[in-house]
Amino acid sequence: MNGWIIFALVFWLAAWALNEFLSRHEFGNGKSQKAVNLFIPLLFGITLLVLWEGLVRGFNVSQILLPAPSMIWAKLIQSTSLLWADFQQTYLKAVISGYIMGCGAGFIVAILADRIPFLRAGLLPLGNFVASLPIIGLAPIMVLWFGFDWQSKAAIVVAMVFFPMLVNTVAGLAATDAMQKDLMRTYAASYWQTLIKLRLPAAMPFIFNALKINSTLALIGAIVAEFFGSPVSGLGFRISTEVGKLNVDMVWAAIAIAALAGSLSYGALALLERFVTFWHPSIRRG
Amino acid sequence: MSGFRQTILPVLTVIAAIMAIWYAMVPVMNAPYERDQAVRDKREMTTSQMIARTYAQEKPILPAPHQVLAEIAKTTIGLKVTSKRSLIYHAWVTLSSTLLGFAFGTTLGVLIAVGIVYSKALNKSLMPWIITSQTIPILAIAPMVVVVMAAIGVTGLLPKAIISTYLSFFPVAVGMVKGLTSPEPMQLDLMRTYNASGAQTFTKLRWPSALPYLFTSMKVAIAISLVGAIVGELPTGAQAGLGARLLAGSYYGQTIQIWSALFTAAALAALLVAVISFVHKQVLKRFGVQAT
Repeated sequence: MNGWIIFALVFWLAAWALNEFLSRHEFGNGKSQKAVNLFIPLLFGITLLVLWEGLVRGFNVSQILLPAPSMIWAKLIQSTSLLWADFQQTYLKAVISGYIMGCGAGFIVAILADRIPFLRAGLLPLGNFVASLPIIGLAPIMVLWFGFDWQSKAAIVVAMVFFPMLVNTVAGLAATDAMQKDLMRTYAASYWQTLIKLRLPAAMPFIFNALKINSTLALIGAIVAEFFGSPVSGLGFRISTEVGKLNVDMVWAAIAIAALAGSLSYGALALLERFVTFWHPSIRRG
Repeated sequence: MSGFRQTILPVLTVIAAIMAIWYAMVPVMNAPYERDQAVRDKREMTTSQMIARTYAQEKPILPAPHQVLAEIAKTTIGLKVTSKRSLIYHAWVTLSSTLLGFAFGTTLGVLIAVGIVYSKALNKSLMPWIITSQTIPILAIAPMVVVVMAAIGVTGLLPKAIISTYLSFFPVAVGMVKGLTSPEPMQLDLMRTYNASGAQTFTKLRWPSALPYLFTSMKVAIAISLVGAIVGELPTGAQAGLGARLLAGSYYGQTIQIWSALFTAAALAALLVAVISFVHKQVLKRFGVQAT
């Protein structure tokens, strides 16, 4: 036992006690309750970091096994330009283009499948089946077909996001009430008018569900595809080469960037969802 | 017969269409290589000859489905199970770490869910992090886990199983929190009027009502466990397992080998999900619930 471990453990117990108190205590007005609800998970996250830092330092854990958060942070600051290039390669080129193409294709096929019941009956079971398949295994094939650069990663992203988008959009288009459709009919609305003014807005919660799932899938697909071959940049490339050199702090820095990108894009989509589906009971207030 | 027309026929049609497109694409994708070869050997070739040759290349850009099936047959039935080239051997390596990781992950997920349901502090502090962690590309950590574990002398099944555990406990934890909190206040009140203890409420009300949620999330978890095991095999220097077959195939341009590993992985995934669906239905039947 030394100072670091004792500090980490004391911090942990104190934070735990505080969280226990805060979550049991009732706060009168809504605003402070909201702040507390935000503070509790934040404190938990900080506690995890302190515990990690303290135990790694206290037990002198080998840097190869698990670097302390402070070391990862130092490495991240030190190599921002390198990581920025990786981020551009993986996220801005491969993920975004693949995500837009895959989700767009899934959306269009979903509209078609909704129009043609035979196609829907054929595609939906297949889509549900494909959801459980390890599509990521297609990565070596895509690298073979589209070369080492970001195009092959975008292709694997397309393959990964297509089916979740298809299945969710079809489910969303089926979510309109018969009563609402009848109302559109009494307005003498055409198919396209019904689609754009009623059914697509009603499908938005489902579509955003798929968009959110896909934002994570896309990042995973691009990173893992880079393990199979890539130019000399990219987050997946960085992870696999630095792991080979046992520069574990650099690996963690790359993972931190990936995690940040994943969380931020998820958050941005969630924000956009609140804006688009303002009418939905889960968001509407009062 | 209407069941056949409405459910099976469309699926078969779509599969047939995919197959047709696949077979049509084979000559398109493989023709440049054949033309190149013909020019190099200075021989004339009719179009029909060339098309026939594109279906029988050794390292095609796109192998025809029958080539892949032949390769699977050759490496499963044609070889002894113990052979290093047998696909059954590699599938078993992947399957064993998938199942181990899945078992750990499900247990861990259920325990975390019970903790979250019974502790208010844990619910408020851990739940947002569990949801945030879903947005993080966890698979990126896979090579590091394997290499770092190898550096301290742990190799083989365990590192891959750890990755699978890490991936599969999230869906189970989230699903079980939903499931364990699914009994209505009325039902919980009834347990109270029966003077049921906490343990009794858990075993007689919360656990049974959580079971449908458990099975649904287990289906997601087993599929993602398999992905974790396959990705976990990538950085081990291609020793054994379906992931290693993929990597070795991509190193040596053995496309038929890549596709046969992919087909096997797909079959494995389908089989695992089917087994869980079967158990799901059996359990629900014993509970007297009509499976939907």
